[in-house]
Amino acid sequence: MIVTDNLTKKFGDNLAVDRLSLTVDEGEVFGFLGPNGAGKTTTVRMLTSLIGPTFGTAIVNGFQIGKQDYDIRRTVGILTETPGMYDNLSAEYNLQIYATLYEVQDVSGQVEKYLRMLGLWERRKDEVGSFSKGMRQKLAIARALLHEPRILFLDEPTAGLDPEASRLVRDFISELRKQGRTIFLCTHNLDEADRLCDRICVFKTHLLVVDSPANLRAQLFGRKVVFHLREANDFLALTIQALPYIQQARVIDNKLVISLDDPELYNPEIIRLLVQNGANVQFVGELRHSLEDVYLQLVKNK
Amino acid sequence: MKKIKVIILKEWAEVFKNRLVLSTVIFMPLLFTALPLIMIFTTRDSGMEELSSDMPAQFSQLCSSSLTGGECFQVYMVSQFMILFMLTPLIVPVNIAAYSIVGEKTTRSLEPLLATPITTIELLAGKNLAAAIPAVLATWISFFLFIAGAWILVRSPGVIAELLDLMWWIAVLVAGPLLSILSVNFSIMVSSRVNDPRVAEQVSVIVILPVLGLFFGQIAGLFFLNRLIIIAFTLLLFLLDILMVYIAVRLFQRETILTRWK
Repeated sequence: MIVTDNLTKKFGDNLAVDRLSLTVDEGEVFGFLGPNGAGKTTTVRMLTSLIGPTFGTAIVNGFQIGKQDYDIRRTVGILTETPGMYDNLSAEYNLQIYATLYEVQDVSGQVEKYLRMLGLWERRKDEVGSFSKGMRQKLAIARALLHEPRILFLDEPTAGLDPEASRLVRDFISELRKQGRTIFLCTHNLDEADRLCDRICVFKTHLLVVDSPANLRAQLFGRKVVFHLREANDFLALTIQALPYIQQARVIDNKLVISLDDPELYNPEIIRLLVQNGANVQFVGELRHSLEDVYLQLVKNK
Repeated sequence: MKKIKVIILKEWAEVFKNRLVLSTVIFMPLLFTALPLIMIFTTRDSGMEELSSDMPAQFSQLCSSSLTGGECFQVYMVSQFMILFMLTPLIVPVNIAAYSIVGEKTTRSLEPLLATPITTIELLAGKNLAAAIPAVLATWISFFLFIAGAWILVRSPGVIAELLDLMWWIAVLVAGPLLSILSVNFSIMVSSRVNDPRVAEQVSVIVILPVLGLFFGQIAGLFFLNRLIIIAFTLLLFLLDILMVYIAVRLFQRETILTRWK
């Protein structure tokens, strides 16, 4: 759905995006992560034909940026970083304006559909200026969907929202994913990216890495299992460490933390061995590094 | 056409909620209608039988021989204020158009708007017409109100004939819309290059200076408007409008507006 090839953008001497090459598949939620000023918004603007690249190219929904900009704008939806609604016009009128600009056939039908879907139908006649931040964001999402785009660019969709509103927006994104839409999600919220994204891209002017969150965790930190014992000791750790498939075994506060590649395969054997050596196993669980750990590690390393 | 229409209606829905803009559209044309009418009323009984030697010589030639000195003086005084009908189509759209782009920038609504499949021509046409139509209508309505008032107040058919000379019809019905287009495009040009609606308005007001020049030039007796000057002025405006529209479209670079003029 989206293919970029050495996509580059310079503003004067300032290199904003450097030779970005990536592919986003149809129906995928693709997280685009990076620090402030990394060039995320510039990339989204290039991919939505708002600005042109200095060098390189991109195909979005089968259309080439710079050459088929009208078709790109017609077929993609964008949620900009700030909702940018017309505050002194009603919610309904705001959407009617955009539905007409997006050449929607059934303007009133589509407007009603999305106002109802996002729980704004009862407030449709109210000026947007009277809306809470969460409601404005939902309205902006509705605006991005009026023309039923197959690709959606969402730039910080939950930024500044309270937890309840954030959850609503996240649930809605999950719903869109179920509908098979391709979602290009720019976010600083790593927990959100972890929950929603099939793959993430860490970006800082140039591409650092692209993969699924699980694979990135495994690559950077390996897999770890925590065995909660009634009483852990170094003897148990040394016993486990002697197994050929164990990378590392450490005792931390009555917990035995074991690094290994395939816990599903080896955990039963480890538990048997621990019990044979007198250990009382209370709980067993996988130690999951947060995506924040992954992200910080990547940004620090590169 | 649908997109142009939706932009026009959106602009009107937005700007006419602004009391300052609304009052400019309503009260300024009314004031500019009242001033020449007041002048008609106050010069009705000047008592002059012969032309004053203080009046410009060109004007004395323009007054038809059938007018008395008092009537000619009345035409002279009212004509000074009829130039105001050429100021209305310049001033009114400045308020609307100056807000046009920079207003969208300050409310952050420009980026989602530019992300839609609207062409630059459609967007600028919508914004142009949204600002020019109220200005032209306000000018024409105020001019027709003036004509109605003049019919009531003026006693001499000769004076009416002079005040409704073809020159003024050209000035209001043809030059008026051209002045609006000039004003709107200049304001949109300025508006897309600044970040504050107040700055946009202040800079855009520069466009009224040429007509103010006509107003004060005539009051100072430097020249007196006649059909030839108005026709030449109208032709010049037509050419200027073409140039201004061309420049406005060329300067409206989506990328520059989004990235440089934040």
